[in-house]
Amino acid sequence: MSCTSKSPWILHYDASSCNGCDIEVLACLTPIYDAERFGVINTGDPKQADIFLITGAVNDQNKEVVRQLYDQMPEPKVVVAVGICACSGGIFRDCYNILGGADKVIPVDVYVPGCAARPESIIDGIVKGVAVLEEKRAKMEGEKRCSRSRGSRS
Amino acid sequence: MGKRTIVPFGPQHPALPEPVHLDLELDGETVVRAVPSIGYVHRGLEKLVETRDYQQMTYIMERVCGICSMGHGYGYVNAVEGLMGVEVPDRAKVLRVVFHELSRVHSHLLWLGLLADGMGFDSLFMQCWRIREKVLDVFETVTGGRVIVSYCRIGGVACDLTPEHISMILKVCDEVEKEMDWVRRVFFLDSSVRNRLIGVGQISKDEMVELCGVGPTARGSGVDNDARSADEAYQALGFEPILYDEGDCYARCKVRVDEVSQSIELIRKALGDLPEGEWRVPVKGNPPAGQFAFRVEQPRGEAYYYVKGNGTKFLDRARVRTPTNINIPTMTRMLQGCGMQDVSMIIITIDPCISCTER
Repeated sequence: MSCTSKSPWILHYDASSCNGCDIEVLACLTPIYDAERFGVINTGDPKQADIFLITGAVNDQNKEVVRQLYDQMPEPKVVVAVGICACSGGIFRDCYNILGGADKVIPVDVYVPGCAARPESIIDGIVKGVAVLEEKRAKMEGEKRCSRSRGSRS
Repeated sequence: MGKRTIVPFGPQHPALPEPVHLDLELDGETVVRAVPSIGYVHRGLEKLVETRDYQQMTYIMERVCGICSMGHGYGYVNAVEGLMGVEVPDRAKVLRVVFHELSRVHSHLLWLGLLADGMGFDSLFMQCWRIREKVLDVFETVTGGRVIVSYCRIGGVACDLTPEHISMILKVCDEVEKEMDWVRRVFFLDSSVRNRLIGVGQISKDEMVELCGVGPTARGSGVDNDARSADEAYQALGFEPILYDEGDCYARCKVRVDEVSQSIELIRKALGDLPEGEWRVPVKGNPPAGQFAFRVEQPRGEAYYYVKGNGTKFLDRARVRTPTNINIPTMTRMLQGCGMQDVSMIIITIDPCISCTER
């Protein structure tokens, strides 16, 4: 395990959620559920975040914001879609202003369904996200090592 | 006058749980003008009324906002019942009040936590949210949901309260009240809270009336516009609104702290003489052609529901006017002349619910 997966920092953005999942994300960090025991810290800064928690479906106005936040995060990064709206659009899928789930704009690694998603399942999603993060990191390091060894041969 | 700078604030900002964008025009460190722009959470829920029937719309309306979900259900259900002329049993009316007040307790505790978080008082944030979980336990036990409770149904409520539920609610009321003594002491007396809030974001009663402010934001400036005063179910419980005159962030905070205790009293009174009998009546047929409007006092202020039927199972229109929508002009007025450091405090004290605003 690397330092990153021992203490994954989270960036939370409310795309067009009804707040139900947002307050459950915050409830995860507070004493009853206490995701901080896994080293999770909620940061407001995309440049310091490892896991992007997105709640709510994507619409025309916020798709650029979501895209920008994702692009600003350093590699390796994991996206966790929290709530059924972020997974597929949920109850709002037929609304005229909804494009669909978060995966219409950015690649999503872990889907956490539920309306609103329960703190237990959000924490489970984060823990699964950490495993994906570790995988991506290992892959990145492997690639780096490969390119370095190729470089020395030529 | 120096050169003016425009500082963008949001949509993604550590102080904001929800996306709203403000362009702050600064002269030095003082805000001269704040121009809000919204639309990041717009979904277009009201349009769904064309493809969802009036029963299904209850669930859509509850998802206008997850925090005041109970209040939205209460408003919509009452408006449709008014349109259809459904006589709701007395027991259901009182049960709705109990749950509406419980949701107010949870919403205000959530807000008090966010306020503490906004001023960097993290331990207080954690304590408020810890107390709030007790109320969510009641929701989970009775309805199965933690935040979206779906308790109001057209014609009554989703389920009756058993004696065990009632004793659980009373126990939670006692516990929350005891904890609130401590929370009140911290919010009212702690010097760091007082220094951060007193005199910040002042707005007078006249200005508040002129801008049509609603909810605890208006009551912090001494404007008595609590919609509960006009609700029969609340009149029966001897409801009196809580008012403070100072009009600053501190007054708005005090209104909400006091309203938690008041809600607990209302719940106790309501459960004390809970009428026996039916808790749901079957509702058949379609809403007739006509219209009906209903006012409901949500945790954030007055929400206004309007429904228009056309004789089919689909309503012609279901319109919501939400409290934050009305309070955004008051917020921009409060921001004029404040320091850049106070902007996040002022935004938090109107208790913005952007999801309600944009629907």
